[in-house]
Amino acid sequence: MLALGQDEIAKYPFLADAGQYLKEQGFTLEQFGTDPDLAPLIEKAYNRIHAACEGDPQSYKSDIIENQVSNTAALPREVFSFLLSIVLLKLTGIPTLAKRFALSEAMRAESYLEKDLKNISNGSNELPIRIIEDLFSITIKKHDDFFVMPISDYIKHSVYFHEREWKLINRHVENGQVFLTPHQTVRLVRKELGTYITSKILTGKKPSMIPGFEKFVNNLLSYSKKFSVSVVSTGEYPPCIKHAIEVLEKGENLPHSGRFMLATFLLSKGQSVDQIAPLFKNAPDYNERVTIYQLNHLAGTSGSGTQYSCPSCEKLRTQSLCFAIPECDNIITPLQFGKRTK
Amino acid sequence: MNEHDVKFLEDSFKKYYFEHFDQIHVPKKTSEREFGYQKFNSGMIRHISIKDDKELHLLLMKNVPSDVYCSNAYYSFPNLPMNEKEWKEADMIFDIDSKDLHLDCRMSHTVSICGNCKTISEYSNQCKNCGSAKLDKKSLPCKNCIEGSKNEVNKLSEILIDDLGVDKNNISVYFSGNEGFHVYVYDSQFQNLGSRERSELADYILFKGVIPETFGMKKFKPERSLFPDLSEKGWRGRFSKEVFKTKTKRPKVVTELISAGYSQFQKYLETLSNQIGVRIDPNVTIDIHRIFRLPGSLNSKSGLTKLYCKNISRFEPYSEASLLSDEKVEVLAQCPVEFKLKNRKFGPYNNEVISVPTFAAVYMICKNLATVSQNVK
Ligand code: SF4
Ligand SMILES: [Zn+2]
Ligand SMILES: [Zn+2]
Repeated sequence: MLALGQDEIAKYPFLADAGQYLKEQGFTLEQFGTDPDLAPLIEKAYNRIHAACEGDPQSYKSDIIENQVSNTAALPREVFSFLLSIVLLKLTGIPTLAKRFALSEAMRAESYLEKDLKNISNGSNELPIRIIEDLFSITIKKHDDFFVMPISDYIKHSVYFHEREWKLINRHVENGQVFLTPHQTVRLVRKELGTYITSKILTGKKPSMIPGFEKFVNNLLSYSKKFSVSVVSTGEYPPCIKHAIEVLEKGENLPHSGRFMLATFLLSKGQSVDQIAPLFKNAPDYNERVTIYQLNHLAGTSGSGTQYSCPSCEKLRTQSLCFAIPECDNIITPLQFGKRTK
Repeated sequence: MNEHDVKFLEDSFKKYYFEHFDQIHVPKKTSEREFGYQKFNSGMIRHISIKDDKELHLLLMKNVPSDVYCSNAYYSFPNLPMNEKEWKEADMIFDIDSKDLHLDCRMSHTVSICGNCKTISEYSNQCKNCGSAKLDKKSLPCKNCIEGSKNEVNKLSEILIDDLGVDKNNISVYFSGNEGFHVYVYDSQFQNLGSRERSELADYILFKGVIPETFGMKKFKPERSLFPDLSEKGWRGRFSKEVFKTKTKRPKVVTELISAGYSQFQKYLETLSNQIGVRIDPNVTIDIHRIFRLPGSLNSKSGLTKLYCKNISRFEPYSEASLLSDEKVEVLAQCPVEFKLKNRKFGPYNNEVISVPTFAAVYMICKNLATVSQNVK
């Protein structure tokens, strides 16, 4: 865990250990639900979530002004509202809300991170640098007005950008390092910052309801209906495969395990590499040369002779790729879906 | 290939391996590599583990392979099927092949073999005998092509060292045993990169995907000061040297570029990529599961050795990598183009029985331009 100053916790509240922070401040979660003096803070948290999900973060009144917390009393309020937001989202358990909230928080943090990066001195190892290193495994160093990082660290992240300016060829590269402005440095990790915050909300057990929180949780539950998309799962493909195709069609990132499942499934169904390749066109890191190579590799046509088989449902469950429906009963691989066996 | 030819090639290869064990070694971290080999007239055998030099030499003697390969990847279990190997990391490999340079000399040293009637002729797109367009092209040694490839190797090394920060000592250059070079990069920061990331590095080296902004050109109100300078590092520096040539010419060229406009500049960058980009084969660089010809082994396309090049500029592949014996053999040759090996000229031969050294005979047989004369022996 990074050691954090007071201002820093307010700017980057996702770095704080929630339980420990509350303890240090002498509070328990239950108090927020029952103590009338603390109740407005839940309201504030609710507004923070609502504003984030509406895509209108301005409507949430932050107590941080000009990169500084406006006054000492405001600081805990700011941190509490974040931590309570997380608790509310955990209690609600709706991934869409968590993702929207996380993305909005990531963008808020991004603007602080950029300003903080600009202000640090050469060769120092201040918080923003450590955040980037701890959270994203990118080693960066300040070098005049730029930040330098190893090329390999840079490309691991930059391949997810469609825009050509992110290609290595369009960057200042020297002696194994890439040079980026503070703005570019922060942009490089925006998506992953969102993912990091999402994982903070979605991992771990769903806590049991805290008295005084019900009203807000219920409000969020009914509010979330607005974002629900109904997945109709009928026809020849099992839900896991349909879901993967949908993710790709939306141009969202499908993890490697998901791509592996989809490709091996379709190859086993007799589709050719040329038929499958276009499915990946919208992936944020799409590259024709690489897609064809990888599909040929999985099909065993590139020389290795090994055709990879589609993972089992059990494996897919552990990879969070399974979206089982009643028709999935008693099958052990997605390939058996729809084949009625008695 | 007929059995007499196979027998002759196997005997010659076996003799080479027996006499050159000192030059054929297993690579570092042997136990994590996948090996494979092929025999004449038969398929590939892969997913083999080899412990040490001794085991490798035994394999060479026992199987007399036409080609021997080893992975650039390191695996936990190299001898298991691909999906169970557990990939750990891979050396970076760049393939530079003369045929990708499309030099003008190409036709003059290429022969065509008809896939239909087997007629051998000088370079053409249609068989003179039967009119078929299914022609197999075989290129013979050419100094010009090799010089061109060497130049690409030098350009590549410069980028690897100056831009990508690779330690000079971690770069090894090998003659491929036919018409090009394989450049290996060991122990770099790129070892654990996947195909997608390696593709980015390939594009960087190829000068592909460039946008005008990178070289200072903007869609609206371009500024002279944003254009690169000759003293700059990386592609901006190389661009300047190629496009401006000298400091004094820079202002004039910048004016021309700006007045030609943005989309013209974009087109210009694309043509430039053929001149200053390095002609590597990107499909080789992104492949992290491939097995590559083992250094020190023979290439069955030529009978030449895949040889380590200490000094690329002085390296003479067609004499240094021709390591088979001088012993004379009689062959029936149909080779319409002259070629040079070990500083000796051969051909052209017009369907004649000739007596040539083993290395030249093997070379022609590997290229399907000769066959062991049956009346000998
Ligand atoms: S049970 Fe199997 S087939 Fe059904 S969604 Fe899950 S992984 Fe797919
Ligand atoms: Zn013919
Ligand atoms: Zn040539």
